[in-house]
Amino acid sequence: MIKHLRSAADLDAATATLILDTAAEMAALAGREVKKLPALRGRTVVNLFYEDSTRTRISFEAAAKRLSADVINFSAKGSSVSKGESLKDTALTLQAMGADAVVIRHSASGAPHRLAEWVDGSVVNAGDGTHEHPTQALLDAYTMRSRLGRLEGLRVAIVGDVLHSRVARSNVLLLSTLGAQVTLVGPPTLIPVDLPEKLQVSYDLDSVLPDSDVVMMLRVQTERMQDSYFPSAREYSRRYGLDVPRLTKLPEHAIVMHPGPMNRGMEIAPEVADSPRSTIVEQVANGVSVRMAVLYLLLGGK
Amino acid sequence: MAQPRADAPSKIILEGADLSRVVDRIAHQILEKTSGATGTALLGIPTRGVPLAHRLAARIQAFEGVEVPVGSLDITLYRDDLRLQATRALGRTELPPGGIDGLRVILVDDVLFSGRSVRAALDALKDLGRPSSVQLAVLVDRGHRQLPIRADYVGKNIPTALSESVRVAVTEVDGADEVRLIGGLQ
Repeated sequence: MIKHLRSAADLDAATATLILDTAAEMAALAGREVKKLPALRGRTVVNLFYEDSTRTRISFEAAAKRLSADVINFSAKGSSVSKGESLKDTALTLQAMGADAVVIRHSASGAPHRLAEWVDGSVVNAGDGTHEHPTQALLDAYTMRSRLGRLEGLRVAIVGDVLHSRVARSNVLLLSTLGAQVTLVGPPTLIPVDLPEKLQVSYDLDSVLPDSDVVMMLRVQTERMQDSYFPSAREYSRRYGLDVPRLTKLPEHAIVMHPGPMNRGMEIAPEVADSPRSTIVEQVANGVSVRMAVLYLLLGGK
Repeated sequence: MAQPRADAPSKIILEGADLSRVVDRIAHQILEKTSGATGTALLGIPTRGVPLAHRLAARIQAFEGVEVPVGSLDITLYRDDLRLQATRALGRTELPPGGIDGLRVILVDDVLFSGRSVRAALDALKDLGRPSSVQLAVLVDRGHRQLPIRADYVGKNIPTALSESVRVAVTEVDGADEVRLIGGLQ
């Protein structure tokens, strides 16, 4: 087993499948009265969050607690970071406290890679800048597999602000490893240049929808945009928003995903977000199972 | 524990029909000791305890027409040596539809050795419900207990040396029924 989960590229097909299978067993726990397993008793997991987050932090916290680990939550606000402490000094503090795993979210791409050089424990990337968010990709793959029964050969459209999306990057890496066919859709200004050849790109959402098993809508990350990438929110929504008429163009079995938080009315219409084909709430529940699987596989053994 | 080498000499203790007869006898003993297997559930410990539990239930059904609920109980996350070994893949835990509260649960495993797996199973069981009582059925008891645990139903007692190992194969998993003693002096 690998030691760190810094990138979806750390996972080969066998390891990724092991994580998804383990998550499926962990998911059974949610239906039980005692939602607790003793696997990580006495281990310490630090949630090191330099960026705001609700679902990811809570999800990691729930996952670690259900495995009986001790959880220390660290958020940059209200810590010595606001006094100017560097990432390295914070890392050495965590090291001295004996953290067995550090779950890190940071606005700087690559922060988890640097952190892994400074601490002895495992490092789990919970989102670094516009780089990667591997556990989100794992929970998305898990959701697709449990809804549609397979990943091999699945046609997945990732739509919207691909340029700023760590979710998209991790999904492209993981889904390619697991044999799905990914198409990136968005305005040309929000699609990265210099993409690998096997990736398909389209600037026209309507033409992609009829041939998709999964549509993954991405949040438009205005907080990361220093330039204007499209004329207006209204125009973006007209061309790349998933509304009810567009939903009907999808094949009968297709599902709609969104990593959250959503801009309702912008990239996704409220009726679509709340429709039975949307897996948005399911994704959150699956997130806990997948993160339990990751923590167990990283920390459970020797 | 030291494992015998792969090319160590081995001896077949039970195979084919002999093993089926042993399963039949355990099924009869369960019926006898539980007054007809009422209020009873069988929980197999993966991997090979699960098919054995299903076979016992099928035999009990054939002998007395009683349907005994069957499930599986994975003990991986409850093992006391979890940290001493590389990470293990999980088995499946599946309780009978009605749960196990108030039932007599019979744990089913292939080999009883140190007793540590059974201890882990008892720990796992307490997170899943509250059986009225717990019993243990094993195909083979090879001795060398490290904990105060004993089986209620034993298919075959095999005296062994610590340097030997006992390997159980079942058709559902391995393609054939066989109990083999491996290693030691011959």
